[in-house]
Amino acid sequence: MIVAERKPIEEILGQVKQVRSVLVLGCNECVTVCEAGGKKEVGVLASALRMLFLQQGREVNVGERTLERQCDTEYLEEIRDMIDAFDAVVSLACGVGIQFTAERYPSKAVYPGVNTCFMGAALERGVWSERCQGCGSCILAATGAVCPITRCAKRLLNGPCGGSTAGKCEISKDVECAWQLIIDRLKALGRLEDYERLSPIKDWSTDRAGGPRKIIREDLRS
Amino acid sequence: MRLGYPSSIRIIRVPCTGKVDVLHILRCFERGADGVTVVGCREGDCHYQTGNFRAKKRVQQAQAILEQIGIGGTRVRMCNLSSSDAPLFVRFAQEMHAAIMDAGPNPVRTARMLQRASAGTTAALQQP
Amino acid sequence: MSPKTPSKLEKILRAGHRAVTSECGPPRGSDPAHIVHKAQLIQRHVDAINITDNQTSVCRLCSLAACIRLKLMGLEPVLQMVVRDRNRIALQSDILGAASFDIHNLLCLSGDHQRFGDNAQGQNVFDLDSMQLLQTVRRMRDEGKFLGGDPVQRPPAMFVGAAANPFADPFEIRVPRLAKKVAAGAEFIQTQCIYNLERFEKWMELVRDRGLHEKVFILAGVTPFKSAGMARYMKSKVPGMDVPDEVVKRMAGTPKDKQAEEGITICVETIQRLKAVEGVAGFHIMAIEWEERVPEIVERAGLFPRPTV
Repeated sequence: MIVAERKPIEEILGQVKQVRSVLVLGCNECVTVCEAGGKKEVGVLASALRMLFLQQGREVNVGERTLERQCDTEYLEEIRDMIDAFDAVVSLACGVGIQFTAERYPSKAVYPGVNTCFMGAALERGVWSERCQGCGSCILAATGAVCPITRCAKRLLNGPCGGSTAGKCEISKDVECAWQLIIDRLKALGRLEDYERLSPIKDWSTDRAGGPRKIIREDLRS
Repeated sequence: MRLGYPSSIRIIRVPCTGKVDVLHILRCFERGADGVTVVGCREGDCHYQTGNFRAKKRVQQAQAILEQIGIGGTRVRMCNLSSSDAPLFVRFAQEMHAAIMDAGPNPVRTARMLQRASAGTTAALQQP
Repeated sequence: MSPKTPSKLEKILRAGHRAVTSECGPPRGSDPAHIVHKAQLIQRHVDAINITDNQTSVCRLCSLAACIRLKLMGLEPVLQMVVRDRNRIALQSDILGAASFDIHNLLCLSGDHQRFGDNAQGQNVFDLDSMQLLQTVRRMRDEGKFLGGDPVQRPPAMFVGAAANPFADPFEIRVPRLAKKVAAGAEFIQTQCIYNLERFEKWMELVRDRGLHEKVFILAGVTPFKSAGMARYMKSKVPGMDVPDEVVKRMAGTPKDKQAEEGITICVETIQRLKAVEGVAGFHIMAIEWEERVPEIVERAGLFPRPTV
């Protein structure tokens, strides 16, 4: 999932200090699962904003709504009939949803209510860890399904570096050395000899480096 | 035992404190409560294993939010006791009551009263 | 095998001499006197001088400019190049820049993560890794081609090296990793500072088992301790460093005013012992901000005078 973190209320308040009405807009997908921007977080933020505005002596209409997704136009259409009641939207979706909401409603100011952090998985309740950077050209087949681009602090394709100590990365004892994980996996798979294959120089043009990315599937287009 | 506790306290029953969400606590303040005490079973005695531990964390989350919005985190508390421990309940209730009297009214309630009053004045002035 | 480049370091190694290299860190400012002075301290006692590239991610005068300073003094620099700060365009460009000053030695490194330095909030690049940088420079030199395939006019004539850390984890891939670097094009290796001699000798044994010592010149890295405090720091704080307890004890057991001497003695003893290890082609003496003691170490270790080639 896309993992996000709630922004501090103060920061959100700084964004909406001029508005007279604001819709707090949640998303039922990733941000719900990582408890940053689902229906519940919408309720909490809206309640906090209402109490803050009251204390400031401001009459601000704070609305609440949570959509199935903010990254698909058909769900964004569901707020078409209510959006006119608001000057601004605080979106608790990931950066995609925030931008897509703004694209759909060009006359509305849309502010981020979360910091979108990474694509990751839940290690346990309340702990998320990054697993993919979307480089656009997956190399997991060669690395025992452990991604060095994401999990090595130096994204070394031929690691580990000399800083790997007792399975940990040089940047922190709390970070696992991706290459230790890769080697452990290769060993478990009986493929340790694969370690000696030099990983070729990567074509980063499918990554962020190549500019904003777009996928067109002619077989699906209508 | 016929023990008394401060009459300012209103009891809302929930099946387990594990049911209490941050949002429930915030709603109390939005509607004018001056303080909220979440009364759970003793730690380790939860019928659902971890309900009261979840409540404890949510109380902490609510405290952090109330602190950020200027209401004050100390207005929310959690206490743990068994159902047969009435004297302890009374003590917690009295302590909470004293703490809230100390902290003064919920600023949201004051703000809302001010807002209503000024709306009333405006309305009065507009009358012919 | 005859030398492939005009590198003095390569000539010495190929002639079968034990090479001695050392290194200098550039200053945190633009005064060239600093680097000139450090080089003067060691110039008669070493064959080549590495210039570190923003080591520990602390911003300093660039390695290339400092190497040019050495070149102007008639000395033999080893340009250290980390892949942390530059993409493949800048790396290839700097290789050409160095080659234009006839800098003939290049050491390809990953570089410490920027979080250790004074710009912890910066981006890192890591477009290539150190092995891919080795491949890049070998391709430029041997095939006369840029990574993009276009021809390089006057290809860089560089003797190409890499680092190896026999002490980092996991131990089992330390030798395969060296093999990978050799396959990528490394011609010489400078190792991490050696304090755990048993472990280093074990590593060398595995290196010899695969015949790697015949494919690459291995310069054993040594760093003298200035104090017991430094020994403890290196043991506990520096990633990938293996300092056995008895070495720390030996330093700590020496009176404070004699600790520097003891550090030098340990360093000399290390070199003496490693001279007997088959496959050790020379020594890389990293005297951190202590260049003035390098001549003494070289002399006491019986590595002086340096050969002329």
